[in-house]
Amino acid sequence: MQTALRPSRLARELPPNGIREFFDLVQTRSEVISLGVGEPDFATPWRICDAAIEGMRRGQTSYTSNYGTLELREAIAEDLERRYAVSYDPGTEILVTAGVSEAMDLAMRALLDTGEEVIVPEPCYVSYRPCVDMTGGRSVGLETRMEDRFILLPEALEAALTPATRAFTLCYPNNPTGAVMTRQELLPLAELAEKHDLVVISDEIYAHLRYIGQHTCFASLPGMRERTILLNGFSKAYAMTGWRLGYACGPAEIIEAMMRIHSYTALCASSMAQTGALEALRHGEQDMQEMVAQYDQRRRLLLQGYRELGLPCFDPGGAFYTFPSIAHTGLTSAQFAKALLFEENVAAVPGTAFGPCGEGHIRATYATHMDLLKEALERLGRFLEKLQAGQIKLEA
Amino acid sequence: MRELLRILETEGPVDSQELAVRLGQSVAEVEAALADLREQGVLLRYSALVNWEKVEEEKVYAFINVSATPEHGCGFDKVAEYLSQFAEVHSLYLMSGQADLCVVVEGRDFRDIARFVAEKLAPTPGVRSTSTSFVLKTYKMEGEKLFGEAKNGRLAVSP
Repeated sequence: MQTALRPSRLARELPPNGIREFFDLVQTRSEVISLGVGEPDFATPWRICDAAIEGMRRGQTSYTSNYGTLELREAIAEDLERRYAVSYDPGTEILVTAGVSEAMDLAMRALLDTGEEVIVPEPCYVSYRPCVDMTGGRSVGLETRMEDRFILLPEALEAALTPATRAFTLCYPNNPTGAVMTRQELLPLAELAEKHDLVVISDEIYAHLRYIGQHTCFASLPGMRERTILLNGFSKAYAMTGWRLGYACGPAEIIEAMMRIHSYTALCASSMAQTGALEALRHGEQDMQEMVAQYDQRRRLLLQGYRELGLPCFDPGGAFYTFPSIAHTGLTSAQFAKALLFEENVAAVPGTAFGPCGEGHIRATYATHMDLLKEALERLGRFLEKLQAGQIKLEA
Repeated sequence: MRELLRILETEGPVDSQELAVRLGQSVAEVEAALADLREQGVLLRYSALVNWEKVEEEKVYAFINVSATPEHGCGFDKVAEYLSQFAEVHSLYLMSGQADLCVVVEGRDFRDIARFVAEKLAPTPGVRSTSTSFVLKTYKMEGEKLFGEAKNGRLAVSP
């Protein structure tokens, strides 16, 4: 029977977040070591909290410009100029949002008309495809593979293009794989974007968490500033996930369109969070570098652990994820993750949460304390031994 | 090198196998670096950080600002090195500002420290005056906060 509050078709047809079910399962257990978390284990550096608190004391708690405070937009512009030599006008080309999640939603809504396609390389963050599909556009998943280090190959992209293709997404360093792409590898993608007049929505939230090579900002490639919507934020690099603060940069026309939607749905990003973010950009570099150094040590430790356990994993050059293959165990990702949780109380996310091509993998984060990582590796070793000895009863 | 020292400073001894993995170096490289650091007096020793306020045993610390008379050719080194010999002196610094030296003294109780100041520290040749401040409560030492903090409320699984 239909009730007055029956959800819309759009809401009903939205696929459930692939992580939700697993999250509920983990909640039923205690003493779990979680490698399933997509956020830093560090607290926000105190100088940033302090700046936000001081801002509140001074009464900086009102609405800001729809675009975000000019001060913060200027600091963002300076930061991008300094790091990647890419210039944005803080007045018209930067929009401060409630995290990259909101910015992604705005980008798709501002960009797409019904039926237009966006190619989404997978495995990828859970929100990209729903954000496209909610606009009436059509998301097209495109598989990337471990044997290619999970980079997007130009020939694969070109083969996926149709007359309806309007844009493609990029996320390097990547969640969930930790993959990175070099400038040389990105250049052919830029050429394709030019050739086929495509927009590139580049989520660079993990740009600072880079351990091999230097990050290339996609908008800094020749001709790309004019066709890229650059998304970034403060969550990962400055351990500010709960602050919900991100930003979008691009040519004024598209940023103004995004701002118009944002002005009706969010009005502005949290003013307190904006005060904190300004401090992060002005004085947060050292805190960030120290966290990055810690992640890098843990990354090496986890990878060495996998090698010793015979778990194939490519060397992730960024973010804070590993994406080892568990295909050789004969289990599906979901079976493996559930059994690992039930047998050894270690939570890792099934690769399929990030797209069908994540099958055969699990995502394990090293945004976890070193001691817990060591313990998790021991448990994982025990689990693999039990699995090999046929001592594990699998759920159907 | 800096990264290695940082690990040892915060975590204490870590076996060279693990250090090699975490730093992306060979075991031989790490062991050679450790040997060098010990030889050069950079790496002094490993010790635990103890919160004595939680232990029954009485332990009191005082920060003592000392004004001293400098000597030709060696400044405050001689008097500082002399004072450093006392087991009661926990640490000792040459300071900028009003006092010349800051002497951190450790004792069983207040009287213990008072006796040390009156009978040993103040009469030492070269010491002109002392000003003693007792530690009443420790909130943070060596980078470690000693008060309980709210637990990190991270979700167990998130995208």
